[in-house]
Amino acid sequence: MSEKLLEVLKTAGLDVLSCMQCGTCTGSCPSGRHTGLNTRRILRDARKNRTEVLSDDALWLCTTCYTCQERCPRGIPITDALLELRRLAVREGFMLPEHRKVSETVLECGHAVPLDEETKKKREELGLEPIPETVQKYPEALEELKTLLKTCKFDKLIAEK
Amino acid sequence: MTKLSLFLGCIVPNRYPGIENATKLCLQKLGVDACDLPGASCCPAPGVFKSFDKATWLALASRNIVLSERMGRDILTVCNGCYGSLADANMELKKDPELRASTNSYLKEIGMEFKGTIEVRHIIEFLYREFGPEKLKDYITRPLDLKVALHYGCHLIKPSKDRNLGETESPVFFDELVEATGAKSVDYTDKMMCCGAGGGVRSGHVAVSLEMLEHKLACIRQAGVDCIVNACPFCHLQFDRGQLAVNEKFGTDYSIPVLHYSQLLGLTLGFSPGELGIEQNAVQNIEFLAKVYEISAGLR
Repeated sequence: MSEKLLEVLKTAGLDVLSCMQCGTCTGSCPSGRHTGLNTRRILRDARKNRTEVLSDDALWLCTTCYTCQERCPRGIPITDALLELRRLAVREGFMLPEHRKVSETVLECGHAVPLDEETKKKREELGLEPIPETVQKYPEALEELKTLLKTCKFDKLIAEK
Repeated sequence: MTKLSLFLGCIVPNRYPGIENATKLCLQKLGVDACDLPGASCCPAPGVFKSFDKATWLALASRNIVLSERMGRDILTVCNGCYGSLADANMELKKDPELRASTNSYLKEIGMEFKGTIEVRHIIEFLYREFGPEKLKDYITRPLDLKVALHYGCHLIKPSKDRNLGETESPVFFDELVEATGAKSVDYTDKMMCCGAGGGVRSGHVAVSLEMLEHKLACIRQAGVDCIVNACPFCHLQFDRGQLAVNEKFGTDYSIPVLHYSQLLGLTLGFSPGELGIEQNAVQNIEFLAKVYEISAGLR
């Protein structure tokens, strides 16, 4: 990671320098009640350009509920900054296998949760068409989507490094 | 009134089609002009895609938006996640010319261009703003004698700077829509807390996700309600299927029925529980089903 974390966040319009380490974020975090996710510490580490924060699994314990961001007395876009840190982490190759799997599913069928036989039956019981009016029904739309994902080099991004 | 295209996302058509049917039936009954959005994909899921790559997140979201731009219709979502992705992407692309140019360079490869001509709506804010609780009451044929634990979910109201739906600690607009049906929205501890599914936590760290859910369920049970009502199929899946997983993991015996608001509204507009897919949930609570069938038959 050659770039400085703080600079990257700043370029993305996310200034975390005004953080006074009050801990309202950590105290408000519904995930932090149960886990080691300490938002205040993540912000501090980012400010100090500690790149270890990118390999910290705690980054992925945030449900993006935005409570910390709403309550921050300094108005720091904390959740948005955390998402930016996650994107940096992914570029460095840090990605949970489960998340790689979800990405592959979208690459394959255009949905994060694909249709299954049980749901087709449920759809028919309701009088709906078994296959919904989405990308799943139109091969040309699926091809279009795959082209778009390739253009973005998403397949390369999620490949194991 | 605005013409809409119905954006289904993934979980509604592929796991909870009852929500799809309920939404279509309700919109028809309310005289809303809404049609399908053929060829739409995953929104894409903000918890994962927005956490991975911004360019890809924007490209996929904008493709969905362009499909609706071409029809000259605003997008209607029935999911907080889809709303979060599509409304945020739409807003960012409208206000940032550089971002729009880079996104359009990807879209060009598939012969598309984001023009920024439409809005993205969520069914709850749409019903609240276009109808409102008072006007909605005119359509009600079966008042619901139910006590409800309402779960707003996170991305319907947050980040509040982009939502314009008021403050986020104790909002009331959704409660008003629930109470328009005759149901009582019961207060409970940690009502505004997240269900624990978002941000890729349910997929990446399921144990954590279920711990958070168990806390919500304990608070809801203490409030003594007939059912949970939500406005997001991912929260819905977490509460419904997750409840069975919680029981297995923690040895609990939760059996709290879960309804999307479109299903609750469907009941009060006179549709049957069968048409609304209420019986298709993972949680099978016979007592509750009997109650809603009685309401539906006009026996209560």
